[in-house]
Amino acid sequence: MSDKQFNVRELMKQETTLQRWKMKGEKMIPTLLFLFTSISILTTIGIIYILFSESVHFFREVPIWEFFSSTNLKPLSANPSFGVLPLLVGTFTATIIALIVAIPIGLMSAIYLSEYAPKKLRKVLKPALEVLAGIPTIVYGFFAFTFVTPMLKHIIPGLESTNILSPGIVMGVMIIPMIASLSEDAMNAVPTAVKDGALAMGATRLEVVTKIVIPGALSGIVASIVLATSRAIGETMIVTIASGSTKNFTFDVTQSMQTMTAYIVEVTGGDAPAGSTIYYSLYAVALTLFVFTLLMNILANYISKKWKAQYE
Amino acid sequence: MRQLNPTLVEKRTNKKIIINHIAKSLFLAATLFALIVLAILLYRVCSDGIAFLNMDFITGKLSTDPEKAGIFGAIIGTLWLMLVVAPVTMVLGVATAIYLELYAKKGKLRDFIQMNIGNLAGVPSIVYGILGMTIFVRALQLGNVVLAGGLTMALLILPITIVASQEALRTVPSFMTEGSYGLGATKWQTIQNVILPIALPGILTGAILSLSRAIGETAPLVVIGIPALLIPIPGSIFDKFTVLPVQIYYWTLDSTMVREYANLAAATIIVLLIVLFLLNATAIFIRNKFEKTFD
Repeated sequence: MSDKQFNVRELMKQETTLQRWKMKGEKMIPTLLFLFTSISILTTIGIIYILFSESVHFFREVPIWEFFSSTNLKPLSANPSFGVLPLLVGTFTATIIALIVAIPIGLMSAIYLSEYAPKKLRKVLKPALEVLAGIPTIVYGFFAFTFVTPMLKHIIPGLESTNILSPGIVMGVMIIPMIASLSEDAMNAVPTAVKDGALAMGATRLEVVTKIVIPGALSGIVASIVLATSRAIGETMIVTIASGSTKNFTFDVTQSMQTMTAYIVEVTGGDAPAGSTIYYSLYAVALTLFVFTLLMNILANYISKKWKAQYE
Repeated sequence: MRQLNPTLVEKRTNKKIIINHIAKSLFLAATLFALIVLAILLYRVCSDGIAFLNMDFITGKLSTDPEKAGIFGAIIGTLWLMLVVAPVTMVLGVATAIYLELYAKKGKLRDFIQMNIGNLAGVPSIVYGILGMTIFVRALQLGNVVLAGGLTMALLILPITIVASQEALRTVPSFMTEGSYGLGATKWQTIQNVILPIALPGILTGAILSLSRAIGETAPLVVIGIPALLIPIPGSIFDKFTVLPVQIYYWTLDSTMVREYANLAAATIIVLLIVLFLLNATAIFIRNKFEKTFD
């Protein structure tokens, strides 16, 4: 009997130590998970640190004001000059062309899908638009270079074989699904009761759209456009392939222009020796790009949070 | 006071109705526009590439001769890349999602991390390329090998994986977790035995979708410095490599010199799109087949 009692006690002891170990393990888990979580914070810190610290080297050789005011970008000439303006003009020209294509078409698609489309048709159209969003950008680049540019040449004979117009248009097609889908979400959030109320009072669908749906969904619509703008500014492959690498300071869309992203690709692909001014210029351009897209994203967030129409 | 003029009212109403109909057709046309462009794109790619797409092309080695060129190296390179990207992004993504959803206290730190993840998702992919080039390729001196590319891609798609996993974890109903606690299970036991099994289909769907993003991504790898030269087929994660989209990029660029390169690029695009289609179909299949609903 005493033997068995001893065993039970021993077992209980063992059980408590096991429990203690388990508890210790349980306590370790949050720490371990936090370590994994910190990777995403470290990524942000890493990006910001690298861009700033390497840009500092660049700005020691090229004054900041010259970088932002010079219209000359000739990194390879004997007397090199590093002005970011040609790249900024290229980037924003492409983005504006993309928005001219994407905003009307994206918004009209959103209106159709949320207000007009019969349920069955909507079930087909929405996933089809999502396919468009899932196509890799390199495929769009191929399309712009081998199809859209030759086609546009028939209409505009003076078009260069690399130009900013064609990638701008194709980039517009690429961001249509983004504007359509995010705006549609915002339009769907406008309560059906309000829409039905207007319909019951004799308003047509179009009047409901222009007087109720669009004002009510405005914050979401604007946010979707800002996000799409950010996407277009950061887009790389389409412009790299179809707009070439001429560092033109021009507003002529039929000419080749280089964007910030395409410049980065050119410099990294060109075996610029580490430590050279050209090499560091890539970080200064990337920093500019990063700041622009970050501001756009923060703005989009702010708009969708602060402006949101409240229905009670 | 003027009285209502019935004919005038009718006229106006009719006009409004007609305008509404015109607007409706216009909106439909806009919706179809994007789809028509998609159709033209697919048609163009197929008509350019289908003639070059055969078994020799898929199993052939890279070559400058368009008649002999194949993409076997790029396919194997893509597979090696995924072998790095998938485990890294899955472990980090799911761990982060579990931490944020189940452990982190609601407050400023959690909001900050969540906001940070949101912002990371908006960083252009080329900036990740610069991060990878600076840290993995140069600072850690890995060189432009599979491992460096894979880690870069894993960081790139990490925000998408985290958010998808978080959404999957949120679908687990509280009565399941509370039942588990009620039976005396600890938090980690509950996560292991109750929450993760239920959330797994959702997590996998999200992971596959973010992997398909990584497969199609070109810019970061070009920045890391995948050469346009002919690279031998990689045999480990420490070998140099090329992938399908990068191959499309170089062939498209060089198509101004050798016309057939455009056809090779188109044929590679077909292969890439088929791979992406299969991945997406798998994701949808998993979601429909295994996702439990608790209504």
